[in-house]
Amino acid sequence: MNTFKIGGVHPEPNKLTADRKVETLALPTQAVFPLSQHIGAPAVPCVQKGDVVMVGTRIAEPGGFMSAAIHSSVSGKVAKIDTVVDASGLRKPAIFIDVEGDEWEPSIDRSDKLVLQTHKTREEIIECIKDAGIVGMGGACFPTHVKLCPPKECQIDTLIINAVECEPFLTADHRLMLECPDQIIIGIKVILKALGLDRAVIGIEANKPDAIELMRSKTAMVSGIEVMPLMMKYPQGGEKQLIEAVTGRQVPPPPALPANVGCVVQNVGTVFAVYEAVMKNKPLIERIVTVTGKSVKNPCNLKVRMGTPVGQLVEYAGGMPEDTGKLISGGPMMGRPLLDETAPVVKGTSGVLMIPEKEAARQTERNCIRCAKCVQACPMGLEPYLLASASKAADWECAEDHWIMSCIECGCCQSTCPSRRPLLDWVRLAKNRVGGIIRARNAKN
Amino acid sequence: MSFILTAVLVLGLTGLVLGLVLYVVSRQFKVEEDPRVGQILELLPAANCGGCGFPGCAAFAEACVKRDSMDGLKCSACKREVMHQIAAITGHDIELGVEKVAVVRCSGSCANRPALRSYDGAKSCAIANMMNGGETGCFYGCLGCGDCVSVCTFDAIKMDPDTGLPVVDQEKCTACGKCAKACPRNIIELRNRNKMDRRVYVSCVNKDKGPVAKKACDVACIGCGKCVKACAFDAITLENNLAYIDFEKCRLCRKCVDECPQHSILAVNFPPKREDAPADPVQEPVVEQAPVVEQAPVVDEAPVTEQAPVVEQAPDNSVEQNSAE
Amino acid sequence: MAQKLYISTSPHIHCGDTIERNMRWVIWALMPALLASFTVFGVGALIVTVTSVLSCLFFEWFITRFILKRPSTLGDLSATITGLLLAFNLPSNIPLYMIVVGALVAIGIGKLAFGGLGNNPFNPALVGRVFLLISFPAKMTSWPVPAGLATSYIDAQTGATPLNLIGQIAGGNTAAADQLPSLGNLFIGNIGGCIGEVSALMLLVGFIILLCSKVITWHIPVSILTTVAVLTGIMWLINPVLYVNPLYHLCSGGLMLGAIFMATDYVTSPMTFKGMIWYGIGIGFLTVVIRYFGSYPEGMSFAILIMNAVTPLINNWCKPKRFGEAVK
Repeated sequence: MNTFKIGGVHPEPNKLTADRKVETLALPTQAVFPLSQHIGAPAVPCVQKGDVVMVGTRIAEPGGFMSAAIHSSVSGKVAKIDTVVDASGLRKPAIFIDVEGDEWEPSIDRSDKLVLQTHKTREEIIECIKDAGIVGMGGACFPTHVKLCPPKECQIDTLIINAVECEPFLTADHRLMLECPDQIIIGIKVILKALGLDRAVIGIEANKPDAIELMRSKTAMVSGIEVMPLMMKYPQGGEKQLIEAVTGRQVPPPPALPANVGCVVQNVGTVFAVYEAVMKNKPLIERIVTVTGKSVKNPCNLKVRMGTPVGQLVEYAGGMPEDTGKLISGGPMMGRPLLDETAPVVKGTSGVLMIPEKEAARQTERNCIRCAKCVQACPMGLEPYLLASASKAADWECAEDHWIMSCIECGCCQSTCPSRRPLLDWVRLAKNRVGGIIRARNAKN
Repeated sequence: MSFILTAVLVLGLTGLVLGLVLYVVSRQFKVEEDPRVGQILELLPAANCGGCGFPGCAAFAEACVKRDSMDGLKCSACKREVMHQIAAITGHDIELGVEKVAVVRCSGSCANRPALRSYDGAKSCAIANMMNGGETGCFYGCLGCGDCVSVCTFDAIKMDPDTGLPVVDQEKCTACGKCAKACPRNIIELRNRNKMDRRVYVSCVNKDKGPVAKKACDVACIGCGKCVKACAFDAITLENNLAYIDFEKCRLCRKCVDECPQHSILAVNFPPKREDAPADPVQEPVVEQAPVVEQAPVVDEAPVTEQAPVVEQAPDNSVEQNSAE
Repeated sequence: MAQKLYISTSPHIHCGDTIERNMRWVIWALMPALLASFTVFGVGALIVTVTSVLSCLFFEWFITRFILKRPSTLGDLSATITGLLLAFNLPSNIPLYMIVVGALVAIGIGKLAFGGLGNNPFNPALVGRVFLLISFPAKMTSWPVPAGLATSYIDAQTGATPLNLIGQIAGGNTAAADQLPSLGNLFIGNIGGCIGEVSALMLLVGFIILLCSKVITWHIPVSILTTVAVLTGIMWLINPVLYVNPLYHLCSGGLMLGAIFMATDYVTSPMTFKGMIWYGIGIGFLTVVIRYFGSYPEGMSFAILIMNAVTPLINNWCKPKRFGEAVK
C-alpha cells in the first residue's frame, strides 16, 4: 500500500464517531463571522449594523487577490461589527448577526435533487467558486479559486482528493464520503473541468474500508477517477506527503508549491462545497464538524452553520466533561487550542475536541538525551532537536541552513520526544523569525 | 656529565632560536592599533551587553577612536564620568543626554489580573505571544515567562513570584535597552530617570475598549481621558483607549495620579503625601493600587522628607525591593 | 469547569514515551546476559554487579545533590544502567575498591562533569572502564575461567580468554589455536572474559528485546558487526593460519556487548541513520585494527570512545535525507 517514505508516527486513531450519522445542529441565537477565515488578506465587510441579511447573503468581500468572500449562514440582522477571540487565540474583527428565522436567498437551490451536469465554462466555474467564498476545508483554508489557477509555467496533470483524514478523532470527511458520495464525484468532475484535466485520484486512509469500498463502487463507472487506499500513518493527509504517496513525487522546499510537481490537492469537504456552489448556487455557509473526546458523553458529527459558537456544539455533545484539560479546534496533532467556548465555527473548523486533563497537561521538559526519535519521526527529513536548539539560541542562520522553512508543523517530533521537550514551540518561533528575514531579503532584491 | 651539558646546550639553543623566531614574527606581523582603543577598553565595563548598538565593548572602543565625533556613541553601562573620560581620550566633546531607566508598564499581577487559562508551553514570552492572547483577559499585558530577565546582563531585572511581573532594580539598571527589545509586547520602556529617580507613568499598555480592559484587569487603563484633562503640561495623550505620559514633558506634579479612577498611573520614588493616607504607591512593582496602608515598605519610610539626601532614599527603595522579591 | 483550560499549542497528545521507559527496557535487555554471567562466573559476578550499581547510584546521588546542588536524578535510571554496563566490562574477580573507583570516574567524570544526562560526549561506563584499565592493568587483564555457580570471588582461577588466544595466534603462536574454545561455547558464553561480554547468545536476545521495544534501531549494531565480520573475514581469507575465522571474532571479547549496548548509547551516538552506519563502520574498523595491530587484546572500548569523539563531526556531515532534496 502506498505511503510517504520519510518519518511519520502512529497515534491512536480514536475514531469514536466513525459510525455516527451526521446530525443537523440547531441554529444559533447569534452567529459570529471573523473576517479572517482563510489564508491571505482578511475580507472586508459589505454590511453594516442594522442590515437585514438572509442565508447566503454576501456579508464581506475578498480583501485582495489572495482572499475569500464571506456569506451569512443565518437570516437576521447585523448586530455589530466588533472583535471576537477566534481559534487563533487573538482578538479579530468579526461580523455579529442576530438570528431571526431561517430565510434563504432565493437563488439557492435547496432541493435534494442531484444535479449532474453544468454548462458553465472553466472560467465560469472558477468565478462561481470564488463568489461562493470557498476555501480549503481541511483546515488550511487556502482560497480554492486561487489554487485552481496555478501559475502558467506549471504543468498540472493530476488532481488529488484528500480524503485521508489522518488526524485522530476526526471523522467529518469520512461521514461526508459515506453520506454524500454522489455529490463528491460530481464535485470532482467540476474541478477536473476547471483545471482542464481528466485524471483524479481520491486518497483514503486504510482505516476507512467502508468509505474506500463505497467510493470505489461509485467511481467504477466513471472514467478518470480512481480510489487509492493509503497506509495508515500520520501525517498521510499532509499535502506533500499525500502527493508523494499518490504520485511518488516530492515537492521541493518552499517557495515551491505542489503545482510545481504537477499536482493540485483538494480536501474532500472542499469538493463537496464546490458541488454545492456550482450546481446548487449555494455559497459556503455550513460544514460538518466532529465533536468528540474520550470523556465526551455524546460524541457526534454535526452539520453546523458557520458562525455558531463552539459552546453550542459542546452542549449538544453532552457538555464539556469535568476533566477537560484542553478544548481544541481541529485534531489533537495540529488543532488550535481555544481560549473558551465563545469562539465561532469557521470554514476550517473540522472538529471540536475535548482532551482530558491527564492527557492534555504537558509534562516537565528535560534535557535532550539525543535519542534521535524526533529525527526519525519528522516526515520532512529535518532535525527538530537541532532546530529547537538553534531557535533557543536565536541562531536564525543555523535554523535556515537546516531547512526550517520546510517544517509543516505536523507535531510528530514533539509527540515522540521522551524528554517532553516543546520542540514545535521553538521551531514555530524560528520559522516566524526566519520567515521575516527571508521576506526582508527578498524585498531588498 | 657531558650529556647533561649537551642536553642543556641543545635545549638552550633551541629555546633561543625559537624565541628569536617568535620575536621577529611578532614584529613582522604586528597589527597596528591605536593605543587609545586599549585605553578606552580599560575604562569600559566589559559587559558586552550591546546597549551601545555595537557587538561588544571592543567594537565600541574602536568606533570611538575611528569616528570624528562622539555623536551617537554612548555606553549606557558605565557611569557618566567614565563617558567623559572616554571622550577626553578621543579628543572629542560629548553631550550626554538624560539618564534613563527601564520601566515595566504593567501592573497586571496575579491579584489584579486573574488568569482564566493556563499556558504550559515553552517558557518564552516570544513564543507565548505568538501563539495566542494569553492566560488572562488582557491580551496586551505581561506574559510572565521572563524573556526580559534572561536577556539582562546586569542582573537588574527579576521576576517577582508573587505578582508574576518583572521588577527592575533601578540601581543596577543601565538602560541598555535589551529588556525593552526582548519584550514582545513592548511593555518595558526606557524612560527618563529624573531627579531622585522619580518618574510618573501609565502602568498599562492595554488598547482594548474600557469595559473590556476593566473586566480583564482591576488597574487597567480604560481610556477615560481624565488624566489628559488634568495635565497642565500637555504631557498626556490618549490613543487607542490608552493614555501615555510623555516623559520629556512630564513635570512630576502627580495630578494625573490622583485623577485616574483605575489607579493605573504610578508615581515612583516620591515621599508619601502630607495627608494621613498617602495615595501614591512609592514602590514598584505595586501589588495593590489601593491606599498605602497595605504597603508596609512605605510606612517604614514615613519619616523621609523632601530634604532627605537623594543618595539615602534610593538605596532604601532598592533594599526594600530586593527583600520583597 | 473543574480547572482552567490549557492553551499551549499543538501537538496536544503524546505517544507516552519517557526517558524512564527506554531505560527500563535497556535494563530488561541486559538481564539475559546478567543471568548468563551468574551461571558462568558465579558469586563473583553477583558481587561485582551489585557493587558497581550501588556505587554508581551513590555517586550520582551524592554529586548531584551536594556538589551540583540539583534535584536527584536517580529516578531516570541512567545511573543504574551505567552501573550495570560498567560491571559488564569488568572481570568477576576485581577487588571492590577498584569497582568503586571506576564508578566514581564513570559517573563523576564521564557524566556529571559534563552536565549530566544528555551532555556527556563519551560513554560513561567506558570512561570508567578505560580508566580502570590504565590504572590497574594487571587486575583488569586477568579473567576468571568459567566456573559454573562457583562461590569464589577474588581468588577465582584465571586463564586466557578467547581474545587472548586470538591475539597469540595472530602473533605467530599457532599452537594456541588448539586451546580456542569451540564456536558453540563461544556463542553461549562458556568462556572467560568480562562479566557481561561472554554470552553472545544472551546479548543477541537483549538486542531483540531492544529492537522490539523500539529503544534502538538496527543500524549501529549491524554496521559494527558487519564491518568486523568483513574485515576479519578478509584477513582470514588472506592468511587462515594467523587470522582466525570471523565468527570467532564476533563471539569473542566485548564486541557483541559493545555493539549492542555501549555503542548504541543515545547521548554519544549519531543522530541520523546514515551517521549511525558510518559510526558503526568506524568502530568496527578501529576494533579490528587494535585487536590485530595494537598491544591490547580488546579494542572495542577504545574504538567506541574514539568514535564518540567523532560523533559531533558525523552529526555535522551526515544529514538526513530532506523531503524534496533530490528535486531541488
